[in-house]
Amino acid sequence: MNDAKVHCAVEVVNVSKYFDDVAAVDQVNLKINKGEIFALLGGSGCGKTTLLRMLAGFEKPSQGDIKINGVSVLNSPPYQRPVNMMFQSYALFPHMTVEQNIAFGLKQDKLPAAQIVARVTEVLGLVQMEKFRSRKPAQLSGGQQQRVALARSLAKKPALLLLDEPMGALDKKLRMQMQLELANIIESVGVTCVMVTHDQEEAMTMADRIAIMDQGRIMQVGQPREIYEFPNSKLTAEFIGSINLFKAVVSGGELTCDELPGQVVAGEANAAFDGPCYVALRPEKIRLEAGRNLDAKNCAAGKVNDIAYLGSHNVIHVRLDVGAGQGKVVQVHVSNFARHATQTFDFEQSVVLSWDQDAVVLIKADQP
Amino acid sequence: MKGVFAHKFWVIVWPYIWMLVFFALPFGFILKISLAESMIAMPPYSDIWSWSDGRLTWLGSLDNYRFLLEDDLYYLAYFNSLRLAAVSTVLCLFIAYPMAYGISRMEEPYRSLFLLLVILPSWTSFLIRIYAWIGLLKTNGLVNHFFMSVGLVDEPLTMLHSDFAIYLGIVYGYLPFMILPIYANLMKLDHSLIEAGYDLGARPWKVFLTIILPLSMSGVVAGCFLVFIPAVGEFIIPELLGGPDTLMIGKVLWQEFFVNRDWPVASAIAVVMLTFLIVPIYFYRRLEMKQLGVGE
Repeated sequence: MNDAKVHCAVEVVNVSKYFDDVAAVDQVNLKINKGEIFALLGGSGCGKTTLLRMLAGFEKPSQGDIKINGVSVLNSPPYQRPVNMMFQSYALFPHMTVEQNIAFGLKQDKLPAAQIVARVTEVLGLVQMEKFRSRKPAQLSGGQQQRVALARSLAKKPALLLLDEPMGALDKKLRMQMQLELANIIESVGVTCVMVTHDQEEAMTMADRIAIMDQGRIMQVGQPREIYEFPNSKLTAEFIGSINLFKAVVSGGELTCDELPGQVVAGEANAAFDGPCYVALRPEKIRLEAGRNLDAKNCAAGKVNDIAYLGSHNVIHVRLDVGAGQGKVVQVHVSNFARHATQTFDFEQSVVLSWDQDAVVLIKADQP
Repeated sequence: MKGVFAHKFWVIVWPYIWMLVFFALPFGFILKISLAESMIAMPPYSDIWSWSDGRLTWLGSLDNYRFLLEDDLYYLAYFNSLRLAAVSTVLCLFIAYPMAYGISRMEEPYRSLFLLLVILPSWTSFLIRIYAWIGLLKTNGLVNHFFMSVGLVDEPLTMLHSDFAIYLGIVYGYLPFMILPIYANLMKLDHSLIEAGYDLGARPWKVFLTIILPLSMSGVVAGCFLVFIPAVGEFIIPELLGGPDTLMIGKVLWQEFFVNRDWPVASAIAVVMLTFLIVPIYFYRRLEMKQLGVGE
């Protein structure tokens, strides 16, 4: 009977937060499992930071409840919650050394001095910063400051670790390296973690599950793969990766798409509704060939409109031969398999696009 | 490179010229007068050197400084001034810090409004504002009227012409100079540091003592200097609100200059006062340098 509770570290029950009658967070329900890294992903102003701040205790929900390990923390101030946060700016105390920064939280629990020193050494080892224990934050690089901030937020062994835009203050190269390292440290400690980010790559690299937020609401929750391959709305489809969307209608199980020539057939799992929808195709799931006859289904002809060489792959824009010469432009990713490319495309070259039935995702149009 | 250097030079040179014209030069005059002798003439002091027969003769002496050491009036005046200034600075700090903190945490437009209220009294002449306190504090003044009508006291309190009145005057007059630097400092304080303190389990009082206060220390020190230094040499407040036996160096200075017309002794008093004030500033600079990590 308690099984569900044990697996669920954090429960957000119907939480809303209003600022001057505007809902920053709108009836959010979430269950976060023990030991998982959970990412709140969305653009600025989507409510992800407000939700994180409510978990930390810096904001009070206007309604709803937040439970940590089954206990409501609604009436606990931040200093009584078993929650620690790594701030976007790291918020390291500039007047304290690395060691003092990490010991700060432990001192509040009135632990014996020897125990504090031992724990500080332990977490410094975890983030490989033992050598820097007597430095001031200003004497550390951005990446080193981040390690100290992580060590500080792990020192008290919180039930929940919060990361606010963890890579926000790092440059791009360091970001990639730290994403994996951070995720490894957090996983090795086994702490439940909720992170906020606007960077889909960061969320997909680090998180076990992702919640996409927009206008205070959760649009979709799932593993990175689920969200990428099975987006449930136009918004999530467009937010994660790039995608080609074609307006279509389903009526009586029949799919009609005016923006694509020929018949479009979707995978069985998709077409269980009636009404306006989008046919969604990821650019890397479309085959691009020159000089080939059209098949009856899942196929379209067009002309190359634009080519961008990105090293790992080419992004090719193809204008479809649909309608009066002003067909939709479709994005196709062509992987650069060989160094001396055997097949290259030229501008205005006639090409044929084709895709597997399985690649087609149908997304219900939320608004007309 | 030469162009950059020239550019830098022209930026830096102006403060130096300013300091030279408005501080070093006048101070040089004062120093010169303090070495001279008082005489009835125009100006009322002797030359410290003379040029005759193609020879320069040194006439100055340290007599005026010796005179300051001999008469314990000056000791007492210096000591009293430092004590009054120090106590009022501490009082100012305890009143100003909560006010500065409160204002810095306010939402706009209240923040600007309260900041304006802090500065607003300065739009009236300092002299008039201190003068107004006489009307409030005197035996049949407003404050005594109020206390008696409420029944707090049976007979009027003697508040005017006492150390109490001087403290009140200094705290009242110099409070904005304590509030503003602390406020400016607290406004710069990154709020996430305070949140990090709470997040790590520190209660509000602990966050204040271990994070907010240490990080706003440079504002506190700046405010203390801005109050302490002018308060030491304050003349108007002890003259108007203090008793006839209140000894403050500002008052003594005034008397030497305008009553005794003894410019050389007055100048010596001023030079000694400046020396007293330069010592704490020097130590503050050292502390500041250390905090910035210069020389590490």
